[in-house]
Amino acid sequence: MIVTRALTKRYGRVLAVDRVDLDVREGDRYGFLGPNGSGKTTVVRMLLGLVYATSGEIEVMGRPVPSRVSEVLPQVGALVESPSGYGHLSGRANLALIDAAGRAGPRRTRRRRIAEALDRVGLGGVDNRAVKKYSLGMRQRLGLAAALLRAPRLLVLDEPTNGLDPQGIREIRDLLAELNAGGTTVFLSSHQLSEVEQLCSRVGIVNRGRLVVQQDLDELRTPTGRVVLRTQDADRAAALLDGRVERRDGDRLVVAAADPAEVNAGLVAAGVRVLEIGPERRSLEELMLSVTGSGSDRIASGPEPGEAG
Amino acid sequence: MIRVELVKLVRRPRSWVSIVLLCGLPVVAAVFVAVTHLTPPPGQGPTLLSAVLSNGSLYPAAALAIVLPIFLPVAVAVVAGDSIAGEAGAGMLRYLLARPVGRTRLLVAKLIALVVYTVTAVVAVALSAYVTGRLLFGSEPVAVTNSGGATPTIIAAHAAATTLSGTALTPADILARTLGSIAFIAASMLGVGAIALFLSTITDSSLGAALGALAALVTSQVLVTLNAAASVSPYLPTRYWLAWVDFFREPILWRNIERGFAVQGVYVVVLLGAAWANFATKDITS
Repeated sequence: MIVTRALTKRYGRVLAVDRVDLDVREGDRYGFLGPNGSGKTTVVRMLLGLVYATSGEIEVMGRPVPSRVSEVLPQVGALVESPSGYGHLSGRANLALIDAAGRAGPRRTRRRRIAEALDRVGLGGVDNRAVKKYSLGMRQRLGLAAALLRAPRLLVLDEPTNGLDPQGIREIRDLLAELNAGGTTVFLSSHQLSEVEQLCSRVGIVNRGRLVVQQDLDELRTPTGRVVLRTQDADRAAALLDGRVERRDGDRLVVAAADPAEVNAGLVAAGVRVLEIGPERRSLEELMLSVTGSGSDRIASGPEPGEAG
Repeated sequence: MIRVELVKLVRRPRSWVSIVLLCGLPVVAAVFVAVTHLTPPPGQGPTLLSAVLSNGSLYPAAALAIVLPIFLPVAVAVVAGDSIAGEAGAGMLRYLLARPVGRTRLLVAKLIALVVYTVTAVVAVALSAYVTGRLLFGSEPVAVTNSGGATPTIIAAHAAATTLSGTALTPADILARTLGSIAFIAASMLGVGAIALFLSTITDSSLGAALGALAALVTSQVLVTLNAAASVSPYLPTRYWLAWVDFFREPILWRNIERGFAVQGVYVVVLLGAAWANFATKDITS
């Protein structure tokens, strides 16, 4: 669906995107993660033909971008950074203008498609108030509605749940899952781990312009070959599991063992009370923190430790 | 896309407010002139204003002379400066281009909307001034003489008969000459629009683009009046702005009118080319 090869973007002396090789397959729910300022938005803009790459190739739906981007974009719904609208017009009027822009969608079905899109994002009953009077959450929903107007095969969404309350976030997540089940590929750029973790099937993590991880989320979360357990009798448990305890942190033990059931049986047989036990899995957060530094919005005083020159 | 841009133009309150204000100023001026019967003597003050007391049909030309120096260029620069930079500032440029709207198409649509606005504004001023003139002023036949001064002399026909050998202007004559003036002024304003449109593709601030275009006009105007800059003055955008009064000479002095059209044509072509080249290759980061 989306393939990039050695995609690079340089703004003057700043290397914003550095040899990124994305591979988003049809039907994916792809989470594109990275700290603020890591180059996510620049990549999204390059995918849509808004920003031209310094070098490297992009293919979206098998066609080269930006040279044939006009054939691709009619099948793409996009939300780039924040949603926008003409403030003095109503939401419906905004959608009608957007729909009529460029290769206009069929005019006869426009009203119906607008009503459907508004319904989907939960704005079906919206009145004729001007968009400048919308709340941030309503704008976000309107932006999503605009992306959905032409039943896209690919949704490229940059921070789609910004400004939504927990209820709204959940609604949007359900909506995206539903669209995905209907065959739409979702490319979701975000710095919110929970959003990606709950929705996505595959993640790519960028840091300082480089793609450092690209993997299926299930694969990332396969057990690590260690068991984590909590017990009130931590000392006895440690003695019993002698040599296999890798880390001890109060009543929490990390044990080198593949099968939690076996460890549990051994402990219980010896009369150790086990509060919690399970295979250790890496969380997305741990992974994220291990492969990325702090975002570019953090500006520490003095030279950063470990950074040369 | 052209339709979309026209709809946006029409639904934007600013378009209408600016046109109403443009039409309003000459009406106010007309009321003062009609009440006091005080007009600047020929050759001073707004061109042609002295003649309108005799014949109100001349008022459209006088009204255009009133709005031409500042109000009309400001209105055109604001609309043109807003065209691309305004979309960028509102965050809509990225959504339009991702729709997709081709960059060239978008620029052409903006240009057409700009032409429609400019022509509408100029014609609206002329029409409202015609109505005002017919209501407030006389309709004596007038004659035009060419005294060779900075501005043509238009006098009442009976005066012409007794003084110089003027040519009487028929209503059809006045209409034709006024239409010529409208076309010329619209072309001059398109020159302004082209400057602002070009700047609009460079900056994301519509205010900056509009003010930049006005700064260019002021610079041009200063240089036009500066004798030391006489060598460049034929190429300045405002050099022939006032040449439209030559439509009201007898015979019509085509030389400056033609040059005026040519200069504006060159500015429009060059600046639109530059605007296209810049916009088509630009990274959209707004």
